[in-house]
Amino acid sequence: MTAKPKVAFYWLASCGGCEEAVVDLAEDLLGVADAVDIVFWPVALDSKRADVEAMEDGEILAAFVNGAVRTDEQEEMVHLLRRKARVMVAFGSCSHMGGIPGLANLWDKEAIFDRVYRTSPTTDNPDGVVPKTEYASNGHRVTLPGFHDTVRALDQVTTVDYVVPGCAPTPNIIAAAVGALLSGDLPPAGTVLAPDVALCSECDRRDTKPDDLTITEFKRPHQIIADEDTCLLAQGLLCLGPATRAGCGALCIGANMPCTGCFGPTSSVRDHGAKAAGAIASLVGADDPEEIERILSTIPDPIGTFYRYGLPHSLLVRKRQPAGATE
Amino acid sequence: MSDTDTTETAAAFEPTIVAFFCNWCTYLAADLAGTSRMKYAPNARIIRVMCSGRVDPQFVFDAFAKGADGVLIGGCHPGDCHYQEGNTKALRRFTLLRRMLTDLGVEEERIRLEWISAAEADRLRDVMNEMADQIRALGPFRLPDGAVAPAAPRREEVPA
Amino acid sequence: MREPNGTPRIGVYVCHCGTNIASTVDVAAVRDAAESLPGVVLSRDYKYMCSDPGQELIKHDIAEFGLERVVVASCSPCLHEETFRGAVGEGGINPYFFQMVNIREHDSWVHRDIAAATAKANDLIRAAVRRVRFHEPLEPRRVPIDPRVMVVGGGIAGIHAALTLANAGKQVYLVEREPSIGGHMAMFDKTFPTLDCAACILTPKMTQVRAHPNIQIMTMSEVEEVSGFVGDYRVRVKHHPRFVIEDACVGCLECIDACVFRNGKTPDEFNLGLSKRKPIYIPFPQAVPQVVVIDPEACIEFRAGCRKKTCVEVCAERNAIDFQQEVTYDEVTVGAIILATGFQAFEASRLPQYGYGRLDAVYTALEVERLVNASGPTEGSIVLRDGSTPTSIGIIHCIGSRDKNTNEYCSRVCCMYSLKLAHLLKEKTDAEIYEFYIDMRTPGKGFEEFYNRVEEEGVHFIRGKVADVYPEAGNTGRVVLQAEDTLAGMVRKIPVDMVVLATGLEPQPDAEDVRRTFNITCGSGGFFTERHPKLAPVSTFTDGVFLAGACQGPKDIPDTVAQAGAAAAEALALIDAGHIELEPNTAFVVEERCSGCRTCVGMCPFSAISIVDGKAVINEVLCKGCGTCVAACPSGAIRQNLFEDEEIFEEILGVLTHV
Repeated sequence: MTAKPKVAFYWLASCGGCEEAVVDLAEDLLGVADAVDIVFWPVALDSKRADVEAMEDGEILAAFVNGAVRTDEQEEMVHLLRRKARVMVAFGSCSHMGGIPGLANLWDKEAIFDRVYRTSPTTDNPDGVVPKTEYASNGHRVTLPGFHDTVRALDQVTTVDYVVPGCAPTPNIIAAAVGALLSGDLPPAGTVLAPDVALCSECDRRDTKPDDLTITEFKRPHQIIADEDTCLLAQGLLCLGPATRAGCGALCIGANMPCTGCFGPTSSVRDHGAKAAGAIASLVGADDPEEIERILSTIPDPIGTFYRYGLPHSLLVRKRQPAGATE
Repeated sequence: MSDTDTTETAAAFEPTIVAFFCNWCTYLAADLAGTSRMKYAPNARIIRVMCSGRVDPQFVFDAFAKGADGVLIGGCHPGDCHYQEGNTKALRRFTLLRRMLTDLGVEEERIRLEWISAAEADRLRDVMNEMADQIRALGPFRLPDGAVAPAAPRREEVPA
Repeated sequence: MREPNGTPRIGVYVCHCGTNIASTVDVAAVRDAAESLPGVVLSRDYKYMCSDPGQELIKHDIAEFGLERVVVASCSPCLHEETFRGAVGEGGINPYFFQMVNIREHDSWVHRDIAAATAKANDLIRAAVRRVRFHEPLEPRRVPIDPRVMVVGGGIAGIHAALTLANAGKQVYLVEREPSIGGHMAMFDKTFPTLDCAACILTPKMTQVRAHPNIQIMTMSEVEEVSGFVGDYRVRVKHHPRFVIEDACVGCLECIDACVFRNGKTPDEFNLGLSKRKPIYIPFPQAVPQVVVIDPEACIEFRAGCRKKTCVEVCAERNAIDFQQEVTYDEVTVGAIILATGFQAFEASRLPQYGYGRLDAVYTALEVERLVNASGPTEGSIVLRDGSTPTSIGIIHCIGSRDKNTNEYCSRVCCMYSLKLAHLLKEKTDAEIYEFYIDMRTPGKGFEEFYNRVEEEGVHFIRGKVADVYPEAGNTGRVVLQAEDTLAGMVRKIPVDMVVLATGLEPQPDAEDVRRTFNITCGSGGFFTERHPKLAPVSTFTDGVFLAGACQGPKDIPDTVAQAGAAAAEALALIDAGHIELEPNTAFVVEERCSGCRTCVGMCPFSAISIVDGKAVINEVLCKGCGTCVAACPSGAIRQNLFEDEEIFEEILGVLTHV
């Protein structure tokens, strides 16, 4: 019996949803497990970093890495896995574009520590202690990984060969990716393994969208009971389907919720949020500056809306730090 | 920009402004300023588009990402668009874009949308000077040194 | 043929433009900097790139060095983009494998600092070099041209342009909002400096217009809306009711005599209110068309109804009068449009110090034109409002001209028409005439000679601007003109019986609306802007729309007619080509990338985008190339020729690579 190809799964700054997504493959997971030798999967298997370090470079066929990079440890693990794996797969929105953790790029380390360890209402920390990378306790040296100012997507840390998009990636997308990997029938490196066309292409409600749609008020999902057959954008819900890569089968829209953009942009777009915001703003049903301002003010949090999954991957990467701030 | 030395003083700093001008009004105003031999601050680099409606917000973000200290969009006055209403599309986008940029820490003075007709060379000159002065006072726009912009997406049909 | 690294071979040319560029931009340094850019295989500077040898240089280098892309850094692309594209095409590569860099209007002419201007030129050239690598081979779009022309405005400019075109066999629609063509010229008595009778030279032309089989006159009509584009303009024309059927009216004018109003009560527009007209009237004896018009504001049929309708009775079986007429509309298709919408005279009451509208003795020049005219309100005798004949007359120049409080520009015609009026008034009254002028501007053929003649006739010239016009003490009916005589160095107070205000020329009050309707631009004074003052003086930035006469700026009749001829010639050149080549800057949908989201459909003001089988499709003929849909497409599925996303991103990177 020839050796099965080795694969690794790893998580960085993430919620664990991507790990769930792998489990969500259900019976298909057994097929994967049959076909490959999972050599590293901290969430499920008791394998250690040292085990990976002991491998030959390139010994692993593919490393599926989910989560964004925000600590020294995560960065080290990324470089380690990159060395050991022939194919690096960014798995899920955080790894692809920075994801929800990437919204931390609206602040920096100092502000985050201050909030989390000092000023949040449920914090009791009279000494104002915040995490340090080194600490001496009873003669022992205790260390923690360094915490970065800026959250990064995987491709901002190392070379990424393929992206499996989604928050979390849907089973069909994962299965197709694994299938392609095992068969060796792979597209050019750098490809996002989902259709290169926006979600409207697979949305059942597409043809209910009027040609001359204009929006005079953006509504949030809790404010209306959306009709289940009509284009959500046409109902004033800010659906990012037109700007977001297809492949999920319009799952959220099937649940009567607008697309929030987790698959990221198509390959023709460099900045998902800027492009989506430009397209959505174009639909504003007013010409007068004040009226335009009023209508757009019904979008409460443009950055959180248009960069929900991708602020680190945006052209500006993060909120600009004031002059003199430490990087 | 990444290797900008931090000792750069405000006095020595000259901002670079990327200007997207529509072919029919503001670009021509800049031509007229030239034929009229008006003098204005040399900070802007004009990129011609047919209409301010062509200005994709990505261009503005990209300009800042690549080192611009300010971005100026110039179009025809409302009602005067050569293409009827491309400028109002620009205004709608700009309104949201400016808010997003402000949220991302970009000072309002760094990003402007101005309606400048083909006849308003003097206004063009004034806007150029004013913007250069304001941004000079603000200092350089810098992305964090640790920030790495993603690689440009690859397109299958690589142009000839 | 490409270099192994796949980048095309680029040639860069830096123009000195004599010293226009080279005095502020270090062209040698710019040339050297360009040479080091990736892909650039050749970089030259040259005295005049637009000259034949300059163009030959490009052609030669394409052949000799296998250039695949060309960048020329010189003046504005509005000037010479076509020139260089032509040279590139003749050199044997696609003409759109070219990018122009504006280092004159946008650089050397607007900056003083050589280092800064040179750095700017380097940035702009770097952007162009990066961009041009992405250029695709393109073909200009050819669209057919409708051979018909619309002329808007029936003054001397419109009349001359219409006749020129019609004589060349083109069908012309001549649109005039007044009841008759003729414009301001029809109101003038004589024309300077030859003293031709204005009516004698204009009337035959008006008659020719009326009789010409190729001209359709639309009086009492205005252009409501223009759509389409060069070669295929759709013009919606609004016809105001005349209440007289033009084809039925024979111009006998019996209805005017028969009107229940024995005398006119309405100020006569043609005589500027110096006489009265009836509710049914003909604007002036030589009006074209020779058709009466009813003023619904004045006619009792409209005000009270059911009266005798004496006009209808006398018209009898000719049946030309139709009180039921309403506003109607026509839509016509034309290939080109000539705007000849003229001017309005400056409203003299805006300068109260001159007493117009307050002092009976004060007249505007245009009123005096009517007073001296044999068919005017006084049949040519100079009778003032109080019934007297003036023995002394003051003429004040530059009313509403050369004055920062009103109009900064010189109206060009006032000195000459003031001299003409001085001559005519002198001839008719033998009054003492005083001309108050700032500078005497007589720069036309025979103009200075005319000035000398008028001076010899005994007209007094006082160099100075009148500061005040006030009634003479003692209720004499006379007014005093107070001015500083800047030649004599003293203040003069001259009592006169009559004052003539030489009012300047202003844009029509609705020039702004007209400008928008035709999608052209106005200069700061409000006159329509020509495409280029020297190279394209009758063209506008809207292809196929041309300018003639005072709508473009104040000018006299000879210049107006010359310009009208030029506009007609430009329109003819356009039409007779049979087709026009348009910039191939249309947008197109990359079908496999389109999700059918419809965002683009509503973006297009020209309805060029539709959804076919779930994908957007752009009609190339309707697309005008603004690129708004490209920016709006949320998934980047729409591209625009000549303005591809990559091309613009490369320009952004190019201009910023120095930082």
